[in-house]
Amino acid sequence: MSGTWMTTRAWLLMLPLLVIMVAVIGWPLVDTVRLSFTDAQLVGTAGNYVGFDNYTNMLTSSNFSRTLITTTWFAVVSVAAEMVIGVLAALLLNQEFRGRAILRGLMILPWALPTVVNATLWRLIYNPEYGALNAALTQLHLIDDYRSWLGEPGTALAALIVADCWKNFPLVALIALAALQTVPRDITAAALVDGAGPFNRFRFVILPYLAGPLMVALVLRTIEAFKVFDIIWVMTRGGPANSTRSLSILVYQEAFSFQRAGSGASLALIVTLLVTVLAVAYATLVRKTAGSAA
Amino acid sequence: MERKNPVFTAFVYLCAILLAAVILAPLAWLFVMSISPAADLAAKPLRWWPQAADFSRYAQLLSRAENSAGAAFTSSLRNSLEVAGMATLAAILLAVPAGWAVSRTPSVGWSLSMVIATYMLPPVALSVPLYMGLSNLGLLNNVFGLALIYLTILAPFTTWLMKSGFDSIPREIEAAAMIDGAGLLQTWRIITLPLAAPVVATSALFAVLLAWDEFFYALLFTSDQRAKTLTVAIADLAGGRVSDYGLIATAGVLAALPPVLIGLVMQRALISGLTSGGVKG
Repeated sequence: MSGTWMTTRAWLLMLPLLVIMVAVIGWPLVDTVRLSFTDAQLVGTAGNYVGFDNYTNMLTSSNFSRTLITTTWFAVVSVAAEMVIGVLAALLLNQEFRGRAILRGLMILPWALPTVVNATLWRLIYNPEYGALNAALTQLHLIDDYRSWLGEPGTALAALIVADCWKNFPLVALIALAALQTVPRDITAAALVDGAGPFNRFRFVILPYLAGPLMVALVLRTIEAFKVFDIIWVMTRGGPANSTRSLSILVYQEAFSFQRAGSGASLALIVTLLVTVLAVAYATLVRKTAGSAA
Repeated sequence: MERKNPVFTAFVYLCAILLAAVILAPLAWLFVMSISPAADLAAKPLRWWPQAADFSRYAQLLSRAENSAGAAFTSSLRNSLEVAGMATLAAILLAVPAGWAVSRTPSVGWSLSMVIATYMLPPVALSVPLYMGLSNLGLLNNVFGLALIYLTILAPFTTWLMKSGFDSIPREIEAAAMIDGAGLLQTWRIITLPLAAPVVATSALFAVLLAWDEFFYALLFTSDQRAKTLTVAIADLAGGRVSDYGLIATAGVLAALPPVLIGLVMQRALISGLTSGGVKG
C-alpha cells in the first residue's frame, strides 16, 4: 500500500472529528477574536468596529488587575498545597500497612465527586448559622461565636482554597503514587546501606522518579486553577465584595450579566493568552526536567 | 525500605487514620445531613447523628408530582442522562476512526496535537459565539445543543485515549488479517475493535464522568426543565431560598452516586488512564 493512500485514508478517517472541532471550537474562537474588536451586545446589535478600545479599557481597569491578582493567588496557593499534600499522601500510601488498598480506593472519592456537589457540600459546611465547621470549632472551644466563613472578604478565598484542595489533592497523590511504584527497590536499599537519611533519600533517590509525572500534574492543575469558575460560582459567585472573583467569573459577568459581548470577548482572549503563555513556559520547564532526570 | 521500627509503624498508622478521616468526614457529613430531620440540622449545639434516620427526602426528590422539588430534580436527572449519553456516544464515534488513523499514520498526528491543545482554552473564550450560534439555530435550552457543545470537551479527550489504546495493539495482527484478504472494515470488526473494547469502555466512562460534571456551558445554555442538567439544578438549590439544608444534601448524594460508583468499580482502569500520560511524561 502506498504512503500517499495511507495518508489520504488517515485524513478521511479524521475528517468527522476535524469538522466538528472546527465547528464548535475553531469557528467560535475566530469569532471571539472578531467580536473583541467590536462593541457588540450579546443580544441585538451586531456592533461596530472599535479597534483596540476593549483591550485598553480592560487592561487599564482596576477590576481586571484586582481579579488577576485574586486568580493568581487562588491558583498558586491551591496548586502548591495540592502538590505538597498529594506527595505526602503518596509517600504514606507507598508504605506497607494494613488497609492500604482500602485507603487507596478511598482517594478516588473526592476526585469522582462532581465539582458542583463538592462546592455545595463545602458551602453547607461553612454555613454561618447551621454549618458543621462553626459547630465543630465551637464545641471544641476554638471559637466563641459562629462566623460567616464565606461572607467575609478575609476568609472567603481561603475557605474556597480548602474546598478546592480537598477535591484535587487525591489526584496528585494517585499520580505520585504510580510514579513512586516505578522506583526500583534495590536503589532505595542501596541508598539506605550507604547511610542516606530520609530527606536525602527523598531528594536524591526518589524525587528524580517523581519529577516528570509531577510536572505534568502541576501543568494540568495550574491551567485548571487559572480557568476556575464552577466552585467559585456555586460557593460565593465571586463575592463578598468581589474578593473571590476569578477571571472566568469576570468574563461571565461582562459578557452575560452585562451583555457586553465585545468587551467580554476581549477579556476572554486576554485570559486565553495568559493560560497559553503559562502552558508554554511550563512545557519548556517539563522538557528541562525530563532532560536533567534522565 | 524502612526498617521495622515500632515508632515509625505507629506513625504510619496515625497518618493513615488522619488521611482516611480527612477524605471521609465531609462525605459522611453530606450523607448524615441527607437523613437528619431538619430540626436536628438547625439545633445548637449541632446534632452530629440524627435521633431517627429520615429517608423521606430521597422519596421526595425522586417523586414526579407536578411543580414539586421532585419534578425539577427528576427532569434534570433525565436531562443529564440524555446529554451525557448522546455526547459520549458521539465522542466515541468520532474518536475511534480518528484515534486509529493517528495511531497507524503518525504523519497526521499534528492535527490531533492541535485538537488536544484546545484543552488550554478557557470555555469563556468560546462561550459568546457558541451562545449566539445556538440561539440562531434555535438550540438554546435544548439537550441536543448542549450535547453538541460537550463535544468540545469530550472528543479531544476520548480521541487521545483511543489513540494510546490503538498504539498498544500490534499492527502486525492487522497486517496479517489484511494479507489474508480482509478489507479495512472487516479487519476492524474481527481484529481491532474486539482488542480495543476495554479502551473504548474506559474512554466512554471518562466521557460520561466529564459530561456529568460539566457546569459552565449548562449554566449558560439551559434555562428550564426542558434542558437544565443536574449540576445546574443543584447550584440552583444551593443558591436559592431552600430552607431545608438536608434536601440540598440529598440532591448532592444522588448526583454524586453514579460517578462515585463508576469511580469505585473502574478504579484500576481509571487510575492507569489518569496516570498513563503522567508517568510516561
